[in-house]
Amino acid sequence: MRVIGVPRRRVDARAKVTGQTRFADDIVLPRMAYCKLLRSPHPHARIRKIDSSRATAHPGVYLVLSGKDLPIEYGILPVSEDEQALCVDHVRHVGDPVAAVIAREELTAFEALGLIDVEYEMLTTISDPEEALATPAPRIHDYGEEGNIHKRVSLEFGDVEQGFADADEVFEDTFFYQGNTHLPIEQHASVAIKDPEGKLTIWSSTQTPHYLHRALAKVLRMLPGHIRVIATPNGGGFGGKSDPFNHEIVVAKAALLLDRPVKICLTREEVFYCHRGRHPVLMKFKTGVKKDGTITGMHLQTLIDGGAYGSYGVASTFYTGALQTTTYHIPRYKFQGCRTFTNKPPCGPKRGHGTVQPRFGQEVQLDKIAEKLSIDPADLRLRIAESSNAVTANFFRLSVVNLSECIRRVVKNSDWKEKFRKLPEGRGVGLACSAYLTGAGLPIYWNKMPHSGVHIKFDRGGGVAVFCGATEIGQGSDDVLAGIVAEVLGLDTFDIRLYTGDTDLGPVDLGSYSSRVTIMAGNAALQAAERGRAIIAEAVAERLAIPKERLRFADKRVFDSAAPEKGVTFGEAVRLAEARFGTIGTMGSYTPPKSPALYKGGGVGPSPTYSYTAAVVEVIVNPATGWITVPKIWIAHDIGCALNPTLVRGQVEGSVYMGLGEALMEEQEFRRLPKKLSHALVHKFPSMLEYKSPTSLDMPEVMTELIEEPDPRGPFGAKEVGQGPLLPIMPAVANAVYDAVGVRIDEVPITPEKIMKALAEKKASREPRFGPSHFPHVDWPEALRVPPPWEGGDGNAVNDVPRPSKPKPEKEKVLSS
Amino acid sequence: MISITLPTESQKSAHIRLRLNGEETDVSFAPYKTLLEVLREDLGHTGTKHGCELGECGACAVLVEGKPVLSCLLLALECDKKSVLTVEGLGTDGKLHPLQDAFADLGAAQCGYCTPAILVTAKALLDQNPNPSRDQIREALSGNLCRCTGYQQIFEAVEAAIVKIAGERND
Repeated sequence: MRVIGVPRRRVDARAKVTGQTRFADDIVLPRMAYCKLLRSPHPHARIRKIDSSRATAHPGVYLVLSGKDLPIEYGILPVSEDEQALCVDHVRHVGDPVAAVIAREELTAFEALGLIDVEYEMLTTISDPEEALATPAPRIHDYGEEGNIHKRVSLEFGDVEQGFADADEVFEDTFFYQGNTHLPIEQHASVAIKDPEGKLTIWSSTQTPHYLHRALAKVLRMLPGHIRVIATPNGGGFGGKSDPFNHEIVVAKAALLLDRPVKICLTREEVFYCHRGRHPVLMKFKTGVKKDGTITGMHLQTLIDGGAYGSYGVASTFYTGALQTTTYHIPRYKFQGCRTFTNKPPCGPKRGHGTVQPRFGQEVQLDKIAEKLSIDPADLRLRIAESSNAVTANFFRLSVVNLSECIRRVVKNSDWKEKFRKLPEGRGVGLACSAYLTGAGLPIYWNKMPHSGVHIKFDRGGGVAVFCGATEIGQGSDDVLAGIVAEVLGLDTFDIRLYTGDTDLGPVDLGSYSSRVTIMAGNAALQAAERGRAIIAEAVAERLAIPKERLRFADKRVFDSAAPEKGVTFGEAVRLAEARFGTIGTMGSYTPPKSPALYKGGGVGPSPTYSYTAAVVEVIVNPATGWITVPKIWIAHDIGCALNPTLVRGQVEGSVYMGLGEALMEEQEFRRLPKKLSHALVHKFPSMLEYKSPTSLDMPEVMTELIEEPDPRGPFGAKEVGQGPLLPIMPAVANAVYDAVGVRIDEVPITPEKIMKALAEKKASREPRFGPSHFPHVDWPEALRVPPPWEGGDGNAVNDVPRPSKPKPEKEKVLSS
Repeated sequence: MISITLPTESQKSAHIRLRLNGEETDVSFAPYKTLLEVLREDLGHTGTKHGCELGECGACAVLVEGKPVLSCLLLALECDKKSVLTVEGLGTDGKLHPLQDAFADLGAAQCGYCTPAILVTAKALLDQNPNPSRDQIREALSGNLCRCTGYQQIFEAVEAAIVKIAGERND
């Protein structure tokens, strides 16, 4: 192969290094007006009155909008359409928008925000899930399970109590994973225009133009065909630009009303209010094991702080329990999850969506289990690692699994056997593993259409244009498309022109989330390119009078593989085909395979294939200050095939970086203002300075190794890389801290303060640990009981209405991300 | 009720002449504007980015008189008669600067949003010290946040550019 597997300059690199990549806020149009949003200063209140007359009269103001102008509810998941672009009568977190000003200048719009008078009636603020469980009224939303509980899930795969009875040892541990946020360097921005015929176009920093398209059509009551969404290259996404956002809907509405372009660019503080970041999750793991480490059963409970809106939260809830079974063999598994609403910015999907928090708990608990059983943690994992083509207890079908190889590589590369429990006091190593989806098996809204489509246009000049809804968020989705098409057609990636992220030009791709682009858009591109090659080959074979099987496409030529000098240029080949068949264009599409998980809730977690990762982290802990330094990280990732190894390595190292930030410092913390003020619940750090993230000085050396056994389900065998490698970092740091100073930090982030507290406990001969000690009572619903495959289960719950193998479209089946 | 009327953007009462990417440039703008705003809004140089406008992220770095500064914290009025270099001025005659070439080849730009500022900051470092160590590169770039790369490929690209620049000098 000439393109695939070769480290190369990405197709959009030149634009990026010359500052020519056009991000949403770089767009300037004639007569463009500017929008600013008035946001609630209160975490929970009723809106009694909004008077915008003074703002409307302010010189330079074109329009003031409030909730009544955009009353239709929307939301990313059909089961939780609970947002309004501007709050009509209820604000649910500090930063919830209540009005919008559109003015000739941004400063004028900002100034006029101060002229809008809003009368609020304060409501009780709910600051965390325990408070939400104890405070059923006032309700933050009038839907959901009951009180302030948004979603409860209870699933049991086999009799988990029997699993514990069969065990030699049963371990119970509670963990807490603090919330954190994406912090993309680009602030969200959007520009909307109405064209002369009344159609709408919006450019926006969104990861999911198709879902934004749907939300706009719903809220604006427009025909989808009259709306065009163009996802501008995102200046970082990480999941934070995956929801349809209020500001996008507001500028669209304003552009339609004003008949002029309207732009908004959020401030950094407002980006913190958009959030949709990592859910804070309290977890309880009960795990039974045999003396040899074999797991006999696991019961996981999660209590999830959802913030003020649904967002992807129902899917997030399922994800906190979905992937435990995909790494290690768990014969009996019970999962109970509960997401509550709180008066904080809504949580949603951040890199690793919902699976990161329980992965932390599971990997730290395994470290404790290994120690108790006197088994090396790497050996323990090798004994229980899942194998290729297994079907898990919760009916997820695995494809190629190279977890064991990942473990062996990091053990070797890091000199694990020479270091573990052998380094001097204050220095330690920790190991952890993970698995992640390569694309969600179901779309956000249930349908039978493809998840991704690619159209390729061949022109007689030899030009190849690729059209796809896939969205470039920095990960290299354009390069994935160009690489695959170039390889199939024997071209260079720079010969390919790309038109992506545009709902008018390209076939639908569901967006850059759930690590789905490489497998879904990639397979669609592969199919379209192969169809194009077949048409061209037919015409060239005729001309050369050889069987078409003998043709080769390489070096921008189409030639006889038996006599390479006999052939035509690629341009000539297209001309022959066009003369023979007419204008040449091909389509490709991709739909994931059907999942055997037929039970209710089985829609979250299935994936065409899963990636695997193992990591070893070395730490130095100063026992006098608790300060943690990370000198080096070794990571191995089961990628299947690295389409462009340069970009794959970048995704691995970027994941390691973000994981290390979560492990050591990043946290979305809130505090209450003093009672004599408003007692409001506000961000502790709504700024980049105070929300700590690793700088170039904090980043250790990373040694990355890629395991490449092609997966039959991926294009050229490729699996995901954008999210999976983040997951093992946090638990590996926690396990390394234990190896270094003998204290367990069962909480993320792992800060010097927590280490000092745990060291003090150790010194006082108490449990050398920092972390939560209890899991509050939740009224769990009766578990859906699904017998695992090895107990004769067919994927249905025995105590639920059996589902047909081809489920009908219905709202409960649409959860995904 | 106090009503404050801020000056508006259309009141372009301030005027400076600067040497922007080697070109004598006159510009009129509202006097409250930062260099970042004048570059992006009044001079159409959108290559320079913003991530916070509070001096926290480093995405707006440009070189003023050869030194990296955060253009979001600098009033444009302070730049009269100064030379300003942005990413648009890094290459010459349609040819990429060796730093740009190395960043493009080695994966140092993922989303590309922090890239323009990192490139000019790295250029300032290499202008001052043609052969910095890895630690000196880390130090020089520590004010530029990148959320995508984990910095490693950025360090490697700067080091590759150092080699290339040294090679060109010896040619």
